[in-house]
Parts: sequence; structure tokens; C-alpha cells
Amino acid sequence: MKKRTMETSLAGHSGKLIHSIERRLFLRQGLSLGALAMLSGCDLTDDQSVQKLLGVMSRWNDRAQGWLFNPNKLAPEFPESAITKPFPFNAFYSVDEVEYVDGASYKLELAGLIREKKPWTLPELYSLPQTSQITRHICVEGWSAIGKWSGVRFSEFLARIGADTSAKYIGFKCADDYYTSIDMATALHPQTLLTLRFADEILPPMYGFPMKLRIPTKLGFKNPKHIMSMFVSNEYPGGYWEDQGYNWFSGS
Amino acid sequence: MEAAQTQWVRIHPLVVRITHWVNVLAILIMVTSGWRIYNASPFFPFRIPSELTLGGWLAGALQWHFAAMWLLVLNGIAYVTYGIVSGHFKRKLLPITPRAIFHDVLEALRGRLAHEDLSVYNAAQRAAYLAIILCLIVLVFSGLSIWKPVQLQEITAVFGGYEGARVVHFLAMSLLVLIVLVHILMVILVPRTLPTMFSGRARRPT
Repeated sequence: MKKRTMETSLAGHSGKLIHSIERRLFLRQGLSLGALAMLSGCDLTDDQSVQKLLGVMSRWNDRAQGWLFNPNKLAPEFPESAITKPFPFNAFYSVDEVEYVDGASYKLELAGLIREKKPWTLPELYSLPQTSQITRHICVEGWSAIGKWSGVRFSEFLARIGADTSAKYIGFKCADDYYTSIDMATALHPQTLLTLRFADEILPPMYGFPMKLRIPTKLGFKNPKHIMSMFVSNEYPGGYWEDQGYNWFSGS
Repeated sequence: MEAAQTQWVRIHPLVVRITHWVNVLAILIMVTSGWRIYNASPFFPFRIPSELTLGGWLAGALQWHFAAMWLLVLNGIAYVTYGIVSGHFKRKLLPITPRAIFHDVLEALRGRLAHEDLSVYNAAQRAAYLAIILCLIVLVFSGLSIWKPVQLQEITAVFGGYEGARVVHFLAMSLLVLIVLVHILMVILVPRTLPTMFSGRARRPT
């Protein structure tokens, strides 16, 4: 059931607006693939060959989105007045299960194709040049919300630690056991932000204290919270939702 | 007898028949998986019954939707290109006037719309088929706006931004489904139109 959380967390109230006549007609004609699958007593999507085909198409879409990605195209920015209040909480667990990370002992661990692997404390991260953005966070579920995030431009941080930017992937491991990975082109995008503040305050636990990666060119689940370590790699690292079937690139 | 003398005329070109049935499959997948995606975060006070949806859960529905979009778009490009280049659209869907549509829809509602010559579309048919094409164009562009609100933000802006594009996408789907249901109803009422969409041929009117 855990994997359904993403779908049901924002579930609204249901009401049947589709007239039953219309539905009966639909079913009788056998026009819905869903209905067909029901009639044949098997779930079309669970069929192995169908699964394989859908997987192939999802990887094709990863490539297509890679080609479509313009490193100079900026996500629209908004005025302070457009900020969504309250900003929604979303994770694969409920808000009372939010991870609390001890800021005093926190150290960001670095691994993989990085020259300077020295871990970073929070005061060190706070002392780096900071920048802000007010952008739209779009969830894979469809809803969106506008928020203000501040922190270190990720491309500058990658340059500072001597990351091999010719590598393919950057992976993230989080305190709440979440994990995800992104492509290098997106990592180097000027709006990709190592985020330390939300709405001009130190990032609250529910939005990912002590640090999250804000990527306005990707869907919400590609923006990991509570990042404990990151690594640069040429081997596909996958991700929590990605390994369950969500599209890996998931660009906006 | 007369059967021996029956003359057949080709009323649906092969390209139109193939793209029609590919389109049926693509739209079925797009609509039923799209309903599942809508259910993940409904913006109207209702959800689509999950028995009518495809994908099992959000990730599955998204996989179907983003796989079938290629089928829908490539097939649509083939159909529209053929329709323009061959003169098929001009021949079969034009001319069309509001007055003629009004007249023929009224006749259809009275059950008096003549269907002797299947090679000629009446004004109600022309309007419906053109509306389906337009709906699909709006669906493709509003869909691109939802999928790529950053990379294709100029298109997204046309629909009033990301949230606007979601609503337009849903409304265009609703209109499309409505027209398709009427289309199916008409085929049930005039069943001899169905085999022509496979064979392409109809008896010459006498």
C-alpha cells in the first residue's frame, strides 16, 4: 500500500457525475480498455510483455526529454504575491512522520567522481554565496504550488567541490530513506539550487531540513529533501519512485 | 437478381481507414489513462470511477499516457497531412456553414436525416468530424503545456499557464468524449456505416 501514497495523499471527495446510462453504454460497447481488461479477468498493465513495452517507452521518453531540455531555458519566476500559502506538504509518509535531522552534527557526505570529498557542515554551507527563486513546484500528481527557496547555486557548488561534470548522473541519499538521481545537464542548470531556506527562513523539517535540492525544471519528486549524501556517477542510480515505475527524467 | 448488379463505390480511402482505427486505439488509451491521472489530484468535485481507468495506479497510468501520446501524435500528423495534401478534407469536410449545421442537427434530432449516399457527409457529420480534429489539436497542445511547462512555456502561456492548461485539457477531453459517444450512437442507428470503415466501400445509391 505504501507505493500508493503518492496517488492518494491529496485525494479529494468523490462524486459520480458520469451518468450511469453513459457508463453502461460505455461498458456494453466494450470501448474502455480498462473494461476490456476487467472482462478478460486480468489487469492489462500487469501483463509482462505490456510492462516491458511500457518500460521501453518510458526510457525512450527519458531520452526525448534529454533532447528537449534546453540548459538556458529558465523556469518562469513569480512575484512574492503569487506564493502559495500554506505551501502543501508532500512525501511518501504523513506530516507527523517527518524526519528530524540534528543540524549541529550534520555533515553533507560526498562520494563518487568528486575531487574534494571533504564533508560539509551547515555553517560552511550557509557561508557560501546565496541566491533566491520564486518558482512553481509541480507534482507528478498534477497539483502545483508556488514557493520561495534560497540557497547555493548547485552548479557553483559542483565547481567548488571539483565534481566531474562530464559524468552522467548525480545521486542523492536522504535521511528519510528517500533516494533519487538526476542528469548532469539539469544539475548544471542555473536555477538548480542547493536549498537551505524556504520563505526566507531556515528550511523547516517538513520542507526538508537541513537541505533539499530545488529543481524547477523537474517534477516535485525529483527534488529530494533531507539530503545526507550525494554522489557523482556514470552508473544509473535510480530512485525511490523511479524504481516503482515513475519516469526517471520527469522534466518540466 | 439485383445483387449481381450492385455497384460499389470507394468512400473511405485506405489512409483514412487505417488512421481512424489507430486513432480509436490511441484515444482509448489516452482517455482512460488520463482519467486515472486526473484522479490523483482532481480539480473538479468528482473523480472518475476507477473501473473505467487504465494503469492500475498513477505510475502505470502515466506510462500508458506518455507511451500512447506518440501513437496519437504521429497518427494525427499522418492523417492531417494526408487530409490536406490529397484534398480529402476539402472534398469531404467542406464547405460548412452554421446554417447548414443547424438545419442538419435539427433534422437528425427529428430522425429525418437522410443517409442514402454514404460518400457525402451531411453538415452535422462535417461539424462533428472537424470538431474532433480541433479537440485533438487542443488536447495535444494543452497536453504538451502540462508535460513541459518550462521547456514549452510559450505554449503553456497560451492556455493561461500550467493550471489553466490542466483545465483546458480536461474540458477538451470532455467535449471529445461527448462527440465520440454521439458518433457511436449514430453508427448504432445507421449500422451499415460500420463495415464501410473497414472495407472502404459502400453500395452506390440508386
